[in-house]
Amino acid sequence: MKTGTKAVDIDRNKGDFAYPEVHVRDAGRGLSEKTIHYISDVKEDPDWVREFRLRGLKTFLEKPLPTHWASKDLEAIDFDKIRYYLAPGTGAKRSWEEVPEDIKRTFERLGIPEQERKFLAGVEAQFDSEAVYSNIKKAVGEQGVVFVGSTEGLKHHPEIFRKWFGKVIPIGDNKFSALNSAVFSGGSFIYVPPGVKVKHPLQAYFRINAESFGQFERTLIIADEGSEVTYMEGCTAPKFETVALHSAVVELVALKGAKLQYITVQNWSSNVFNLVTKRGLAHEDAEIKWIDCNIGSRLTMKYPGVVLKGRKSRGEVLSIALANNGQHQDTGAKMIHAADETTSNIISKSISIGTGRATYRGLVHVPKHLKHCKNNTECDALLINSTSRTDTYPAITVRGTGNSVQHEASVSQVSAEQIFYMQQRGLSKAQAMSLSVNGFVNDLVRQFPMEYSVELKRLIELEMEGSVG
Amino acid sequence: MSSIAHDETVNSKAILSGPVESRDLPDWFREQQAVAWENFESIPRPTRKDQPWRFSNVDLLDLAPFKFSSELSDDDRANVLKYSRGLDEFAARLIFAGDQLIERNVVSDDLKKRGVIFQPLERAMIEHADLFRKYFMSQPAVLGSAKFAALHKALVSSGTFLFVPRGVEIEQPIEIFHWLRGEGVSVFPHLLLITDELAKVTVVEHFRSCDPRASGFACGVNDLIAGPGAKVTYVCAQNWGDKVVALQMNTTAVDHDASAMSLNLNLGSRYSRFESLSRLVGEGARSDLLAVAVATNEQEFDARTLQDHISPHTASDLLYKNALDDRARCTFGGLIRVEPHAHFTDAYQKVRNLLLSDDSEANSMPGLEILADNVRCTHGATSGQINEEEMFYLRSRGIPVPVAQRLIVTGFLNEVVRRLDQPTIADYLNQLIDRKFAHSQ
Repeated sequence: MKTGTKAVDIDRNKGDFAYPEVHVRDAGRGLSEKTIHYISDVKEDPDWVREFRLRGLKTFLEKPLPTHWASKDLEAIDFDKIRYYLAPGTGAKRSWEEVPEDIKRTFERLGIPEQERKFLAGVEAQFDSEAVYSNIKKAVGEQGVVFVGSTEGLKHHPEIFRKWFGKVIPIGDNKFSALNSAVFSGGSFIYVPPGVKVKHPLQAYFRINAESFGQFERTLIIADEGSEVTYMEGCTAPKFETVALHSAVVELVALKGAKLQYITVQNWSSNVFNLVTKRGLAHEDAEIKWIDCNIGSRLTMKYPGVVLKGRKSRGEVLSIALANNGQHQDTGAKMIHAADETTSNIISKSISIGTGRATYRGLVHVPKHLKHCKNNTECDALLINSTSRTDTYPAITVRGTGNSVQHEASVSQVSAEQIFYMQQRGLSKAQAMSLSVNGFVNDLVRQFPMEYSVELKRLIELEMEGSVG
Repeated sequence: MSSIAHDETVNSKAILSGPVESRDLPDWFREQQAVAWENFESIPRPTRKDQPWRFSNVDLLDLAPFKFSSELSDDDRANVLKYSRGLDEFAARLIFAGDQLIERNVVSDDLKKRGVIFQPLERAMIEHADLFRKYFMSQPAVLGSAKFAALHKALVSSGTFLFVPRGVEIEQPIEIFHWLRGEGVSVFPHLLLITDELAKVTVVEHFRSCDPRASGFACGVNDLIAGPGAKVTYVCAQNWGDKVVALQMNTTAVDHDASAMSLNLNLGSRYSRFESLSRLVGEGARSDLLAVAVATNEQEFDARTLQDHISPHTASDLLYKNALDDRARCTFGGLIRVEPHAHFTDAYQKVRNLLLSDDSEANSMPGLEILADNVRCTHGATSGQINEEEMFYLRSRGIPVPVAQRLIVTGFLNEVVRRLDQPTIADYLNQLIDRKFAHSQ
């Protein structure tokens, strides 16, 4: 890690490169039943998966865009110009040596260090839509943990994954979950057996590297009774000129007493539409925690949720959003209380820079006849420039007398006094601002695993560059 | 009170048949009404899928059964007058029943000499057409009820016009009564209040039904204009009958260094939707939005607010409190909007729901849209129940449960009423709240 003063010195164009595309399988542009059959044929889907995809397509075509409440920017997506499936034509790789040379070079430029790979329990690197490289450390495999790609999971472990696949987030949940159901490929399927505590976080890197190419990962994580697991996804993408679409579906299932943590650092390039559905189902005494950090993309719409189905289950969403020029981070959280003594906590911090817009959209639902449910929501927004924008739209429903819900939000800017104080002590205005912003998110960032909090702080510093002058 | 709700109104027209001809309104106004009626007919009925109507029971907004009020007899008028008791002292008073003027207590000669105008709306259209045309429904209804604002505009036939000229302060409050009389009858109350520079006035409106069990429809609009440095206080005591469906759309414009305070007490009706738009148009403007609701049985209160900060250095503060019992529902949808360049805004918004039964439901949607920096905006929403310890404390001192509960709820609501800083009005509102509790127990 670099020292504090040097950390600002980062090549801003690090993610801005692309190698020639050598895609063996390509479903072409646009979406029809033909596309679905093509994908199913290539992936050798079982019949029930093909059926599932076709139902997804039907629902997707029927549902209107949610522009009556969401950003009109969605209308800029031309669904006929998007490629829905693309794979390098190779199966999942087991060893690093087998990975093609130019893909390795891509990873190197991204700065994924060798020792980090060794440190982390398993790396599933997704290059375009197919898992190119997948390796679980022996120790994890010996514990009985299944960590595979979505195609492999449905084909080889249907007894584990079919039960929950599409159950937490049904096809018709929204237009984009339907789209994902139709054309999904890639993503991770993880099963942690009862009582197994996975020590190291499981990690996956995702990349987009083809023009106008939408990525539709599907992730399903099942933590069986009393198990514990942390999953991390992070992404950077090269810049392209036309619109790219990313629409993932992530389903988490925490059975009795399990603990599941899902960490995301999203840094797509600023032309990507990132429309993601993420939801967890927490059984008795289980805990699901989403740590969600959004820095990149043109428009992100993502509201991780937890359905608190079992008694004493717990849900948490920690969210950081950074909206720079031209970006709209429309993020938030959903907490559906469905059992007694369930608790949920939402903490959201957003920073708007330049013409950036950060939105918090929340839903907390406590139906009647539940006792001793608690929710706490805090949203803080920081505005850096006079053209920055922030919105907060929570919706809270509470029935009955046994529950308590509180929501608080505030909007402020960096205090002039703080900046003045730091400038007095020899810091430049930009440095002072950067320090101040890092202070604003610090108590949240501290909850991230170490290597992510370092990466995150660096990203925030990069984004802050040139925003004050 | 049922003594004044005798014979059924006969042969009145349904409101959905459109504006009534042959009224003594100016031509230009009638043309305006015809256009508004076309708008009403062309705007689709709201559905729950429309964001401004989320959580709202839109099925109750079927207007087909409602009709215009028929001409009141002398007996009716005398009866309404007898029951129109509000504050002990007032500067002036207008009483309407079924949109017909029952009584008019004019302002003192002194105030009249200094230029205060207090008269029925239809006279102001003719005598003060310039002021009227400038301010009457000049802001579009942006909080969801554009259709019903158009309906009001098309069908309004009377109401109150109040103009307070520069530097004039009216000490005593001005009172306005609107009564619903008869089964299935509708009213369209309107208040157009214009204050000039440094003027000061308090208006108290009473919404009541002659027969608490009769169904009815009320669709009211208020335009409140606070001129530079003016101070306007508006209080509404909504106590329609149990089966009434009510919509009220208020717009407040606050000019530089002026302050506006409004308090809405919601006690009556089956369904009541209240939209409040507060526009802070001049530097140094301040707006306080207060509301109290006691919802019981099947009652549903739906409040939508917008604190729109248009100029820099403006402040707004919203405090809404709801006590919910039985199967009652309350919805709050509020937005603080800070427009570009409205720097140094200080805005606050707080909603608190006290749930007293297992079947009551509170929906809160406190929102922020900030397009400027150098602002301080916070909001908070809480929903909870009576604190066990407070209850235990009172019971250990020998206070029975229902009384203790009532004391705690009244204390909870009184925080809002006290903010008015007008003890006589606060006492009156607290009496109404007490009466509702006494009624429901």
